[in-house]
Parts: sequence; C-alpha cells; structure tokens
Amino acid sequence: MPDKEQALETVLTEYQKEKGSLIPVLQQAQAIQGYLSKPVMSRIAERLGIYESDVYGVATFYTQFRFTPLGKNIVKVCHGTACHVNGAEGISDSLCRHLKVKEGETTEDGKFTTERVACLGCCSLAPVVMINEETYGRLTSDKVKKILDRY
Amino acid sequence: MENKWRVVVGLGSCGVASDGRGVYKALEEGIAQRKLSAEMEETGCLGMCYNEVLVDVIDPQGRRTLYKEVTPEKTDRLLDEHLLEGKPITEWIARAEGVVTDDDAFLKDQKRIVLRNCGLISPESIEEYQARDGYQALKRVLKEMTPAQVISEVLDSGLRGRGGAGFPTGLKWRLAAQSDTKPKYFICNADEGDPGAFMDRSVLEGDPHSVIEGMLIGAYAIGAGVGYIYVRAEYPLAVARLKIAIKQAKDQGILGQNILGSNFSFDLKIKEGAGAFVCGEETALIASIEGKRGMPRLRPPFPAVSGLWGKPTNINNVETLANIPWIILNGAGAFASLGTEKSKGSKVFALAGKIKRGGLVEVPMGLSLREIIFDIGGGIKEDREFKAVQLGGPSGGCIPAYLLDTPIDYEAITATGAIMGSGGMVVMDETTCMVDIARFFLNFTQAESCGKCTFCRLGTKRMLEILERICQGEGRIEDLKLLEELSESVKTTSLCGLGQTAPNPVLTTLRYFREEYEAHIIEKRCPARSCRPLLTFTVIEELCTGCGLCAKVCPVEAAKGKKKEPYSIDQTLCTKCGQCLAKCKFEAIRVE
Ligand SMILES: Cc1cc2nc3c(=O)[nH]c(=O)nc-3n(C[C@H](O)[C@H](O)[C@H](O)COP(=O)(O)O)c2cc1C
Ligand code: FES
Repeated sequence: MPDKEQALETVLTEYQKEKGSLIPVLQQAQAIQGYLSKPVMSRIAERLGIYESDVYGVATFYTQFRFTPLGKNIVKVCHGTACHVNGAEGISDSLCRHLKVKEGETTEDGKFTTERVACLGCCSLAPVVMINEETYGRLTSDKVKKILDRY
Repeated sequence: MENKWRVVVGLGSCGVASDGRGVYKALEEGIAQRKLSAEMEETGCLGMCYNEVLVDVIDPQGRRTLYKEVTPEKTDRLLDEHLLEGKPITEWIARAEGVVTDDDAFLKDQKRIVLRNCGLISPESIEEYQARDGYQALKRVLKEMTPAQVISEVLDSGLRGRGGAGFPTGLKWRLAAQSDTKPKYFICNADEGDPGAFMDRSVLEGDPHSVIEGMLIGAYAIGAGVGYIYVRAEYPLAVARLKIAIKQAKDQGILGQNILGSNFSFDLKIKEGAGAFVCGEETALIASIEGKRGMPRLRPPFPAVSGLWGKPTNINNVETLANIPWIILNGAGAFASLGTEKSKGSKVFALAGKIKRGGLVEVPMGLSLREIIFDIGGGIKEDREFKAVQLGGPSGGCIPAYLLDTPIDYEAITATGAIMGSGGMVVMDETTCMVDIARFFLNFTQAESCGKCTFCRLGTKRMLEILERICQGEGRIEDLKLLEELSESVKTTSLCGLGQTAPNPVLTTLRYFREEYEAHIIEKRCPARSCRPLLTFTVIEELCTGCGLCAKVCPVEAAKGKKKEPYSIDQTLCTKCGQCLAKCKFEAIRVE
C-alpha cells in the first residue's frame, strides 16, 4: 500500500543520520506494517548503512518484534508473578480454547493474536489482560470471553 | 476555581483498567445534564488500587471526599446526593475528614515522599505540579548551590538507589562528576522489568514532572547536558504523559538551553524499550540506547567513566529520582531522620498477590513486613493462611511466615536470602505452591538470559528442567542437591546481576519450604494443590446437588451428569483446570 510505503519512507529519512536509531526505526516500521517483513528489514539495513545480519540480530533479541503478520487485535495475557499467583494459567487456557489457538498464534479469521507477556504493571488487579492498548483487570474466565465478544 | 465543585477521577492504569474512563464519561454527562457548576479533572494512581475506580469530590470549601469502587451506574446517585443535596454518601467513602473507614488503616502508617503528588495532581498539568512546590528545588539548586553542594546534600540524606542494588546515590553522582570527559549523559531507568512491581509506572503516570526535576538536578550535579528516559514499551500511558510533561517543561524554559536563565542546559529524550528484561541492567540498557542488542558487559569500566557512546554516564531509577526534589527542599536531615541506620528515607512497595488491599504503599524504612502486609494491606484474601511473601522478583526470594517481623532494611532483607529489589511484594497463601513459584521464576530468567554466559544460559535451563520434572511428579531426591550445586555455579560464573541472582528463588524456597519439594518427590503430592499433573478432581456425591454448574464451566466436557442427580468427572478428559472447583457452590468437588 502506498500510504504505508510513504510512512516508512518518512521514518527512514528522519532517522537516517541519527546515531543508535535502529530500534526506534524497527519499532515504527512494525507500527506501520504490523510486523517486520524481510524486504522491510533489508531496506532498513541499506538505508541506515548497517549489515542486514545486525538488523536481524537486534530484531530477534527483543520480544517486541514480530516477523509474521498479526491479527487485527492483539491479546496480551499477563503471566507476571501476581497474575500467576492469581490464576493467569487458567485465563490463558480458557482464552486459547475459546479462540481455538495456542498462545502466540493468530486465529483463523485473523481477528486475534494471543501473546504471553511478563507483567503489565497492573499487578494489584491481577489477573490482567491487555487487548491492543486497553487493559482489563480482575478477570475470570467468563469475563474474558465476554470482553472478547466486544471486538 | 474556589467556589466550584471539583470532581477528580483516578486514571492511572489501574483506574483505566477498572473502567475509570467510563466513570469519567458518566460523571461528565451527569454534570452537564444537571447543569452543575463543577469541574472534571483526572489524576494518577492514589495507591488504593483495590478500591478502583476512585473519585475524589472536592466541595467549594475545599473539603475532599474520596469515593471507592465507583461504577458508571453509581454516578447518578453520587451527583444527586452529594453535589445537588450536599449529602455525602457515607457507605461509599474511602476517606474523608471526620469519617472513620477501614481504608484509614491503609494510609495511616504511610509516609509519602515519592508519592507526594500521586493521585493529588493532574499529571498532565505542570501548573498543578508547580502549585505543590514543583521545580522549586531546581530553582534553588540553580540559584544557590554548586554541583558539589548538591552532591553532598544527596550523600548526607543517605538515599540509596531504588532500582535494586541500593548503591548510595550521592556516591554515584560524585563518581560521575569526577570524570572530565564531555559530553556526559544522565539516564533514567524506567524499564521496570520485575514482574510484580509497578511503582515506577505509577510515578511516571501520576507525577512525571517529579522524575524530570530529579533528572535535572542530577544532571546539574554531574555536569550532564543530555538525558534519556528509557521506558518500557508496555507502558503506553506513561510514555504519553512523559511526552506531555517534557513539552510543558520545554515551553517554560525548564528544559533546553540556559534553563531558568542560568547557564545550565539540558536536553531530554525518551527511548522506548523493546521488551527484554536484561535491558534494565545498566550496561545492557546503554547498549540498547545505542541501537544494539541489550547485552551486559563486564564492569569496570563503570558507566560513570565510560558509558553511553563511551562517555561518562549516570543511571538512576525512577523512584530514586522522584526523591531528589523533596530532599533538596526539605533537607538531607529530614530524609535521614526516617528509616534505619543504613536504610534511610521511605520506600514504595507494590503490594499484590493474595492480599486484601493490593496497591502502592510508601512507608518509612524500618517498618516490618508484618506491618505492611497485615496492618496496611489488611492481610490475606478470604482470610486464608499467610504462607510467604516474594520480594525482589526474579532476583529475590520468598520469605516465610516466621520471618514476618523482619524490618524493611536492605541488609535485614538480604539476610533472609531475598533482596529488597525494586519493591515488588507478592503475597502468597496456602494455595500457592512454592516449587511451582521457583519453576515460574526460573522459566522467566531462563527465557530472559541474554545468553552471553554459558552458566546463565545453560545452567538456568538445566535448573528449569529439574523443577519442571518435580512439578510433574517425576522428581528424584538427588535433584535437590543438584539444584543447590547448579545454583552455586550459576551465581558465581555469571557476568551480570541477572545470572548472579537467578538462583535466589530456588535457594530460598529450598531453604524455607524444603518439605514441599519432598512432598512432590517422595509422595507425588502437591500440598498447595496447584501442580496440575499431581491432582485428581472428583465429585463428592453426597454434597452434589446436581445443579450442573460444573458441566457448564468445564471447557472439555469432562464434567457430566443429569440435572438434580450427582455429576461425575471423566478422568480421561479432565485437564485439571480447576474451573469446576472454583464454580461449585456446594464444595462438592474434591481435589487430591
Ligand atoms: C537483570 C537486571 C535487571 C534490572 N532491571 C532494572 C529495572 O528494571 N529498573 C531499574 O531501575 N533498575 C534495574 N536494574 C538495576 C540497574 O542495573 C541499576 O542498578 C539501577 O538502574 C541504578 O539506579 P539506582 O542507583 O537509582 O537504583 C536491573 C539490574 C539487573 C542486573
Ligand atoms: S503480574 Fe500481571 S500485571 Fe503485574
């Protein structure tokens, strides 16, 4: 899509001369495209003047980056200590069964991608799930299903 | 503003997650409908997360009434009775002058320095920060103090870094100030990687200017001209509020060239982390800002000598920095008068887990764990038995009930085998399995190890495998010795704090809860009834009323039966998820 192409071009031009810009560039490229595709990573390497292997090395090191297309909505299930103690495993279980996916996968209709994360910083409301940028606390299995229906 | 009502909604991430925005909207509409002369405002987290959504009603005379557990449905009654008729709704009050509530106990023993503004000001208004002495400390520093005087003040206060290691902040600043190389950098570590800790998030969301002011004072003290705030990508609200705060400070000449007319200049940028726990370690954090993989490196040279781009760099935690303006304004003595001999001031704790009143508390150092968990936190949910409290996250450990009188003090906590860490306090009851907790943390550190050190990479993996085996009922008694040996090796041969502390959760649980390990290995039994492979769920026929709820919630259709007759669980289908147990109203499900 030309819009995305344009947006990526703007990012690359803006950061081309700045030191240490690889991570913000990857972050913004992912925000534009939803994930990091091979051609995009090659292009980033070329424009920032670094080896492609370095781009891959950095991108694979951080959990934020993804290399496959995403579902429309991202469901992050917190598995931090507080959530673990308060039954996060059960939340994950029923969520995955409900959506018929494994953790980390995208539903067949492309509507949801599930993810396991380390702590959403809302521990006092554990267990917690974040859908896109919206956080939901004090969950139970039934509540999760109801919330998913809103998307 | 004096003769107007003000209605303030707590919109920290905990408030938002409890539908605070819905409450805000309902109040806004209700006020418009009733044509009330009242102003709506938002604020950060007050710390009483267990009472969300919190709404503070301030009447024209300035009297505050804090309401708890407000929902959009409750807002009509609140507006009608309190704002229209002038009658506060007593049973919904969390805190108000002249009203005695259960929640008074939550705040009574607290001493708010870091959290002095959280929940009281709008985090998006620099004016409200200034109205509460904001940027006065910076003014004083720039006008009246030399960098050396600032450093002495911080040194005298006894402030120790709140990011985990507890290194004296003044000393760190002195080291960075001594380097002659220019430029110098000042970094705020807002990575907050410890699962179960959320104080940095709340400070950034509730009072971002206090962190910026702390950075400015530190940068002036060490002679840094450029600063970075390295903040987790999972904290979008904190990032948004920081951006607003930075812009406001720039507009007022508080950031940028010749700050407040002095010859001190400081430029501040935000760097968003990309999700790697190890990036909280300072040398890894620096590598990450430089655009590389966040791998720690050997120290020395310390960042104070050679840090970002090889230049002198100082790194401090969010909470450490938020203390600074208070220390400058109130004096090192006021800070040092709080706490114990070697741990001064106050400390913020994130209370979570099986606790009644979960939230943020800030207490003077020296209070005991018991006072925090029972007096302030209200004790254990559902009045169950207290088993342990986990302190210090993956680098820390579990402290058992008989050590509840341990005071909050760096050295005293370390003596238990746990660490103070960043202040995450996860409370556990009899339903938490300690072997599972050790497995949980090892799973975390194993996944987050950057892989540079062999023992950290492989040693933690071996340890995890052993713990998994024990949780599945396939452990051997020799495993315990092996775990201890591996712990020792991983500790001594790892380069950074991640590996050096990774075995702590295993070592403390082995020390205090060895019998639980033995029950798993010898009796193939999980005393907390938490390790699924060791459990069997059955229906107690005499107690079953045949209501069918278990069948309704069972995700795999293992619970079967006819209405009004005892149900049964098909063991070949049961995945031991425990949902039937949680749902059954007649205690008719047995777990063994
Ligand atoms: C694996 C690892 C993770 C860490 N994570 C954090 C963190 O998330 N936030 C933090 O402030 N410090 C963290 N630290 C400690 C920092 O390296 C550093 O000591 C601290 O930011 C210094 O600030 P302070 O002196 O103000 O505490 C971590 C250390 C290690 C070894
Ligand atoms: S443990 Fe889940 S939000 Fe912190």
